[in-house]
Amino acid sequence: MDAPPDLQANRGSRREKAGGEVPPGSSSLVTSAASGTTRGGAPRGTAFLAHYARQFGTLAGLVGLSVVLWILTPHFLTVSNLLNVAQQTSINAVIAVGLTFVIISGGIDLSVGSLVAFAGVVLATLLQRGVPVPIALLAGLLTGFGCGVVNGLLITMGRLPPFIATLGMMSVARGGALLFTDGRPVSGFGPGFRWLATGEVLFVPVPILVMVAVYAMAHFVLRRTRFGRYVFAIGGNPEAALLSGVPVRFHQTMVYGLSGFLSAMAAMLLTARLNSAQPIAGINYELDAIAATVIGGTSLMGGQGSVMGTLIGALIMGVLRNGLNLLNVSSFIQQLVIGAVIIVAVLIDMALKQRRR
Amino acid sequence: MTPTAAKPVLSLRGIRKVFPGVVALDGVDLDLHAGEVHVLLGENGAGKSTLMKVISGAITLDAGEIRIDGQPVRIASPRHAQSLGIGIIYQELNLVPHLTAGENIFLGREPGLGAGVIDQRALVRAAQQQLDDLGVAIDARTTVERLSVAQQQMVEVAKALSLEARVLIMDEPTSALTQQEIAELFATIGRLKARGVAVVYISHRMEELFAVGDRVTVLRDGRHVGTRMIRETTMDELVRLMVGRALSEKFPKQRVPAGAEVLRVERLERHGLLHDISFSLRRSEVVGLAGLMGSGRTELARALFGADRIDGGRIFVHGRERRIDSPRSAIDLGLGFLTEDRKSQGLVLVQSVQENLTLPSVGRFSRLGFMRRRDEAQAAAKRIAELRIKTPGPHQRVMHLSGGNQQKVVLGKWLTTEAEIFIFDEPTRGIDVGAKVEIYQLMNQLVARGAAVLMISSELPEILGMSDRILVMRAGRIAGEFNAADATPEKILAAALGRN
Repeated sequence: MDAPPDLQANRGSRREKAGGEVPPGSSSLVTSAASGTTRGGAPRGTAFLAHYARQFGTLAGLVGLSVVLWILTPHFLTVSNLLNVAQQTSINAVIAVGLTFVIISGGIDLSVGSLVAFAGVVLATLLQRGVPVPIALLAGLLTGFGCGVVNGLLITMGRLPPFIATLGMMSVARGGALLFTDGRPVSGFGPGFRWLATGEVLFVPVPILVMVAVYAMAHFVLRRTRFGRYVFAIGGNPEAALLSGVPVRFHQTMVYGLSGFLSAMAAMLLTARLNSAQPIAGINYELDAIAATVIGGTSLMGGQGSVMGTLIGALIMGVLRNGLNLLNVSSFIQQLVIGAVIIVAVLIDMALKQRRR
Repeated sequence: MTPTAAKPVLSLRGIRKVFPGVVALDGVDLDLHAGEVHVLLGENGAGKSTLMKVISGAITLDAGEIRIDGQPVRIASPRHAQSLGIGIIYQELNLVPHLTAGENIFLGREPGLGAGVIDQRALVRAAQQQLDDLGVAIDARTTVERLSVAQQQMVEVAKALSLEARVLIMDEPTSALTQQEIAELFATIGRLKARGVAVVYISHRMEELFAVGDRVTVLRDGRHVGTRMIRETTMDELVRLMVGRALSEKFPKQRVPAGAEVLRVERLERHGLLHDISFSLRRSEVVGLAGLMGSGRTELARALFGADRIDGGRIFVHGRERRIDSPRSAIDLGLGFLTEDRKSQGLVLVQSVQENLTLPSVGRFSRLGFMRRRDEAQAAAKRIAELRIKTPGPHQRVMHLSGGNQQKVVLGKWLTTEAEIFIFDEPTRGIDVGAKVEIYQLMNQLVARGAAVLMISSELPEILGMSDRILVMRAGRIAGEFNAADATPEKILAAALGRN
């Protein structure tokens, strides 16, 4: 039970970091043609620190939490346990990337958990019928993407509020998964597919590699591509974005498509790990993913956020669950602690933003 | 009855209100008598709304005195104003649509049976009484959303009267009413007068003032410029009072000979908003677009920019007919739109100066979807230097910039797209005088470089000071066109008010 106060203390230290950016005099950390020409402009060094101050705070929270758990139970800081945490986190983390895009764009996606189930059973059924693994995987991913695009179209063309559209999809996809499988799990796959859960590359389990690759790409897309720039602009002010010539509807639709796609990718990892696809898989996954996203500092108001923050948020949730398990804390209390952590994290974040203004 | 003989219900002396960079009210005096309809007149921005907000407690005054029945009061909040007997009916009605008329009248003051249970019968009875006293045929049990705008207005009036309002402010009450409804409204106002209520009536429609008013007070630039008995004044005198100022030297207009036609609009239509609009715009020309609020100026700008659908008409850019069906296509044709409301439409406040400067031209700073960050940073740095945008750096969020600097960022967006046809909608609204002159100078530079500017403004001096040609809109149509040399405030206002 010590975890939340400590987390709080560590997250509090973010303020010093944010406030104590590089002093103006020492600003020429990076000299490039671009920043050199800007009169009094913040060079990349300062901007980098200012930009990532929020994530450093969340990271400090994660490190602090880990230290506490290490003190309380030596078993926490073993390679096998840490790999275990990372592997367990990977599924939530991959879903949360999609949700981070959606939330930055100013929306919400409640259907991700059901899409995990739906894409999972589609994938599993194809595998069971002997469809080659790559084709089955592709079909699963396209299923997720397609359902996401439907969400997006309902929101952009049908003008439904994202909450309603994805709430509907949440139920439709769940029903679809149950109908498709007659409510029974689908299992019995070849070892090739199982490699996704059990395989290792250079001693690192495949799910962790998938997670890392997804995050690296998502970070790049969000920060370095036109798509990412538009997602931020749409979330920050859709009207201004539209009047600046941003194809708002297209990008909004694609963001939900991406979210569905990543849910399907999580379904792939989950199905491989359990060696079966359950039509009732993924229940409440949307809540875990939203939690990881907001703990990671993405604003539910849209326009602000980062996938790296989300990764740390997902790891905080994973570490917390793992630690509480190691400490034999009952699952009832676990629920309570995780809820409290979410609330406290966002409260602190809001208080800090208020003061920075 | 001569209202002036009686003691005023409400009297204002030396009211002053300063907003950052603007003196909104500067020593305004006003007396309101029981049973009179006092019309408040002035151009957009003359201070009418601010004055009414002061009286109704929405904002506090910086200096001056308010007396009610001769007693000095400090009106602290709208609720306080209510308790002092001051009611206000805004253009945007403040009713809860799903509740009944009666429930709205007694919202927050429901007659109770104890334990929080509402006495429905008492509520309906009392509400019906109020409505009947007003002489309006509305059932207190009807949900408000099923009432017409005029009826909803009456519900607001009944609500104010149930709060024992002795001063009732009506802000543009006829703007959404039909002729028939206006007649009924005036009949109701007559009954209010008979009950001894002092009515403050704000409207742009001159003919109404003569139909309903007893006295009229004219405001200009936040100052009181005159109070007249309606039956002793004329429209011409009132117009003169409204605009009668010497145009100051605030406008550093440089005249450049206009070049070839860059934009021509023929018979543009948008159902219910724009009718038969034709005009053209030439290189190195500033065309001012004047008109009252709601005359369709912003609607025209949005339609031209592809933000709203067009129902008819043709648009030629550089002599070729073009379809503009989205802001993207407008931008690609070289149009730039500086919106009226910077914060809600012009800028992404949570994003940086750089990101805002490059937003409409992100395509030019990316290759195969990947941002070319060095090019982008260079372009942003160039704009910041060129426009002298005061910011700690390109990565500062625009929400932290001053109004003038924010406006420069919006302008910078369109310089980055290399726009040649600029639509400025209220370019200097809410920015201080120094920054205004800077914006005018930038406009001069654009024009000198060959840009064409369509400038919407509610400030007549700005229109007269900066335009080469002036279009006046009224009720969705072009109601007049003047060369800068022949234009006078009187002519423009006459066209805008529809009395040619």
